[in-house]
Amino acid sequence: MEKAVSILKAFGLPRLIITLFLVALFVIAPFAGINVAASVTDVLGRFGQNAIMVLAMVPMIHSGCGLNFGLPLGIISGLLGATLAVETGIAGPASFLLAILYSTPFALIFGWGYGKLLNRVKGSEMMIATYVGFSSVAFMSIMWLLLPYKSPTMVWGYTGQGLRTTIATDGFYYHILRDFLVLRIGDLAISFGEILFFAIFAFIIWAFLHTKTGTAMTAVGSNAVFARASGIDIDRQRTLSVVMSTWLGALGILCYQQGYGFIQLYQGPMYMAMPAVSAILIGGASVNKANITNVIIGTILYQGIVSMTPSVMNSLIHTDMSEVLRIIVSNGMILYALTRKTGASR
Amino acid sequence: MKEIKSTDVRKFLANNIVPIIFIILCAVCIPIAGYSGQYLVDQIITRIVRNSFLVLSLLIPIMAGMGLNFGMTLGAMAGQIGLIFVTSWNVVSIPGLLLAAIIATPIAIVLGCFCGKMLNMAKGREMITSYMISFFMNGVYQLVVLYGMGSVIPVRSGQVILPRGYGARNTIDLLNVRKSIDNFWSIRLFTDENGMGGITIPLLTLILIALLCVIIIWFRKTKVGQDMRAVGQDMEVAREAGIKVERTRILAIVISTVFAAYGMIIYLSNMGTLNTYNSHSQIGMFSIAALLVGGASVSRASIKNVFLGIILFHLMFILTPQAGRNLIGQAQIGEFFRVFVSYGVITLSLVLYEIRTRREKAESAKTLALGQKEEAKA
Amino acid sequence: MSEMTNTLLEMQNVSKEFNGNPVLKDVNFKLRQGEVLGLVGENGAGKSTLMNILFGMDVIQQTGGYGGKVLIDGKEVKFASPLDALKAGIGMVHQEFSLLPGFTAAENILLNREPQNRSVLSLVFGDRANTIDRKELQKEAIAAITKLGVELDPNMLVSEMPVGHKQFTEISREISKSAIRLLVLDEPTAVLTEKEAEMLLKAIRNLSQQGIAVIFITHRLQEILDVCNTVIVMRDGRIVKDLDAKQTSIQEMARLMVGREVSTGKPKAAEDGREISDKIALSVKDLWVDMPGETVRDVSIDVREGEILGIGGLAGQGKLGIPNGIMGLFPAGGKVELNGREIPLNDPRACLDSSLAFVSEDRRGVGLLLDESLEWNISFPAMQIQNKFLKRYLGGLIKWRDQAAIKEVTDRYIQQLQIKCTSSLQKAKELSGGNQQKICLAKAFALQPKLLFVSEPTRGIDIGAKALVLQALREYNRKNGVTIVMISSELEELRQICDRIAIITDGAVSGILPADRPSEDFGILMVGKSKKEAM
Repeated sequence: MEKAVSILKAFGLPRLIITLFLVALFVIAPFAGINVAASVTDVLGRFGQNAIMVLAMVPMIHSGCGLNFGLPLGIISGLLGATLAVETGIAGPASFLLAILYSTPFALIFGWGYGKLLNRVKGSEMMIATYVGFSSVAFMSIMWLLLPYKSPTMVWGYTGQGLRTTIATDGFYYHILRDFLVLRIGDLAISFGEILFFAIFAFIIWAFLHTKTGTAMTAVGSNAVFARASGIDIDRQRTLSVVMSTWLGALGILCYQQGYGFIQLYQGPMYMAMPAVSAILIGGASVNKANITNVIIGTILYQGIVSMTPSVMNSLIHTDMSEVLRIIVSNGMILYALTRKTGASR
Repeated sequence: MKEIKSTDVRKFLANNIVPIIFIILCAVCIPIAGYSGQYLVDQIITRIVRNSFLVLSLLIPIMAGMGLNFGMTLGAMAGQIGLIFVTSWNVVSIPGLLLAAIIATPIAIVLGCFCGKMLNMAKGREMITSYMISFFMNGVYQLVVLYGMGSVIPVRSGQVILPRGYGARNTIDLLNVRKSIDNFWSIRLFTDENGMGGITIPLLTLILIALLCVIIIWFRKTKVGQDMRAVGQDMEVAREAGIKVERTRILAIVISTVFAAYGMIIYLSNMGTLNTYNSHSQIGMFSIAALLVGGASVSRASIKNVFLGIILFHLMFILTPQAGRNLIGQAQIGEFFRVFVSYGVITLSLVLYEIRTRREKAESAKTLALGQKEEAKA
Repeated sequence: MSEMTNTLLEMQNVSKEFNGNPVLKDVNFKLRQGEVLGLVGENGAGKSTLMNILFGMDVIQQTGGYGGKVLIDGKEVKFASPLDALKAGIGMVHQEFSLLPGFTAAENILLNREPQNRSVLSLVFGDRANTIDRKELQKEAIAAITKLGVELDPNMLVSEMPVGHKQFTEISREISKSAIRLLVLDEPTAVLTEKEAEMLLKAIRNLSQQGIAVIFITHRLQEILDVCNTVIVMRDGRIVKDLDAKQTSIQEMARLMVGREVSTGKPKAAEDGREISDKIALSVKDLWVDMPGETVRDVSIDVREGEILGIGGLAGQGKLGIPNGIMGLFPAGGKVELNGREIPLNDPRACLDSSLAFVSEDRRGVGLLLDESLEWNISFPAMQIQNKFLKRYLGGLIKWRDQAAIKEVTDRYIQQLQIKCTSSLQKAKELSGGNQQKICLAKAFALQPKLLFVSEPTRGIDIGAKALVLQALREYNRKNGVTIVMISSELEELRQICDRIAIITDGAVSGILPADRPSEDFGILMVGKSKKEAM
């Protein structure tokens, strides 16, 4: 009994409520006339689309940089890669690889600078990360207008200058992973392509955390003074983690675009950090501890709620309050993590 | 002698880098935008009238060491709820605004208490927490306004409620109370022969703002103001001296939230329209950016910073779209530019503040090495 | 001075224990009005516990209260909180300043007791809306400063003050409290320059003449002679002697402070009859370290190969700063050589690379990864510095954690040092203090260092564990020939295990003696006067 209580405590009340809520949604769904198989397909699709952005939280949490509210910086690297790939005009699967290839140098450079900056503001990383994200999105908004892109699929038709707000990935890498290795059982469709793609990177991160450098990174996040006394260059580990997070952010947005179907520019990436932060917290991570399991569970729970609530609610009370609920749940979760005492201790 | 002077100049530059950047920016943009001086002065007065109450509301939490109160949006929400009710009940002019303030006050107090309690649970990271609170409460606000109004809360007026029967409209016209304070007593200067153009000076609003400044100055001199300064410097020392730290901090946030609510009412009555789901979140960012542009930091801010900040920040705001159009032929660039500047200024101020505090800590090692050297000489 | 005859404070048979460990036994003393009482004793002798009882601090109640009686004006009192003590006219100035840097001296002196003016608005908003009466504030602050009899500008910001003035501000604050009758000063001169200290002593005499009694806690025994009427020497939770300050000497007090009636084991290093080579393993020259609270000013010391060198001294004198500075944890300067090769300072990695290792006094803060397993804690430095416990793949490109090797080494140390734990995967924070300390040792042993710094290895652990830790250190020294530098506040512990002991006072070495010298000699070194007197 005591053990059960302690397990529950470790699980956390908010997480329990969210899990029960999701379970309840799936139980009610058939009675509300909703196709459960289609819903599961939807949840899995969203999982594949979003999981890598959630994974991008892990390295920075491990090195003690806190929650990566600066995810938009990684997303921008991804957007640069995506637009450059489209600009070449190469269609099909190659464009996806090209986008990854092009976004990598940006992610490395941005991540390096961002890491250096965060090293100078230890203790207030999260606030500054948030605003670094916002500033970079605003700066890139100007750049999207000015950069000399030419491809007619991307540039505004009537002025011939400046990129469109949204660019369809159709014809380039739309559903490139989603439609790869699909298993269909009735209405249920499981895309192993997306899951495999995520699994590869999750494995890389998992493996990295088992190497000498990964161990050092975790130690820096667990107790920075201990790590320093053991001869670890803290700043280097932190910078490395930020670079990794930024690169994963870039990959994450590319993966998102192939599933979602559009490249969203300008203010699009502004608030994209919040769902990812919230998802990993729902998955059981705290401000300074996170693992791959947290990523998987968190993304499934978060995306499950986001996709199930509207349909169930709509058919039950004919009102779609899901967007509002999503805001309350995801921000409430972040707030919970920030105000918890254990979250503050190093 | 000369040496001292050059370090003084450098220190001045380092401490005021943000306002200096802005002065240069505005100086460059004024000729490019090509507005008349009269137009600019009139616009700036309008902006001061609109925004200063809101920006002033940020001062007290800074005094209490809680940093920039991103939770001021909570106050703004309270003010908006007050205005929504007043509009639906069709109470006009100044009585309408007073009633809105009366409705907003208890809501702001409750929200302020909530925010203050949360921040007491997250000492040392007040800013990111207050920021997340504003996001979280935004959800709750939407729940209330978009789904509660008309269904649970008895608001019926078609001016406010969507045709579907519940939920407030996206934009609400505040014709009833529009400019009612400003027009109550205002004078116009430099008008042309037709009585057009010129500079409008709304005296009553300015008096209200002056009154708030006086209140803030007075507040600093009160016992509770002194306590807040003490808590802001060192919570533990204040606690040892018997000051109730937690209560004082909550009080600081409550006062700030209530002022922000009044500020929002003044702001919106000047604007004349309410963007039900956007106004509050924008205003938080713009107010904070304006304060920082005026040379305030996370731990230090004065009334001087407020007004200098509003003038510079909004001057930039007025100038950049036009400057962008004249320079590149696209007004949109100017708009994006000002968004970038707002965020960039907050980022820059936060980073500079952190680096500065760190540098101060690293001083003591030097004195030791020096002491040994001197001893060796002696 | 007729007031001097009235007893102000009396303690009768006061005793206290923490978890069954007695820390105060049968403390009896009397204090008359206007009397200055010196209180001396080593760290851990029970001085602070005694003061905590006097002030009704929370720690005392939370750990089961105390025995005996505290009487004020002949009536028994039991203070529930420091505020009660304050009401009875007892004030204390702590070692750490409790001042607001951005406030002036006057504002700090009257913090939360500011004189106020009521206004109309106070009727609406209550008393906290009263405005502060600056003129009156100034007047009251000056009154307190004058009473103390020091020079202090009431308008100066604390952040701009020299240390001495901060101390005066702090004392003025206590004096400004109405009805102050007894003032406790805890090491007030430790941070002051000589001149400032003289001013303070004058101020103490001043207060005494005004009928305020003072309890003066200090390690500078000369000051006791200068200013006190009576002296109480404490050791191991007892008052060993009540002395008349006029008739005692520094030597007598020092002897009483450290002397043991029962000799707990002769220095064992001497018993071995072993020879220590003259070869210098570590040479330290002109070291300064900026470690807050443990500043090292100018230390030069040589460590011989194969010996166990003890470094002792009172708290705050800088002994802890030495290893922390050499190992690069705090900003440091000077010259450090290991076997003739210079070691760069402020670079922890370089120290570890040259086979130095350090067991920190701050177990939880520096020594351990509390949230990680014992395996991680023990293997981490050796893995990172010496590439141990790693499997290499792809020609060394990938260095994978070798779980099996890590488990093996952890289990070996668990067995060797008798660490009590459920498994090698238990988290470090779940262990008791003694076992945590053993983990820290194991971590250092795994590095196989040539020279090992051990800082306060027995702090906060129980007696049984203490013996085991010391035993482990001794064995490690004997079997592997590793030179050990051990820093400890407990002189007896150093005498048990070390070959030589250096005493640090005021951030410098005040003397190095063989461990078998009588403890009085060390006591005199600790109070720092011997050098000058010897000359």
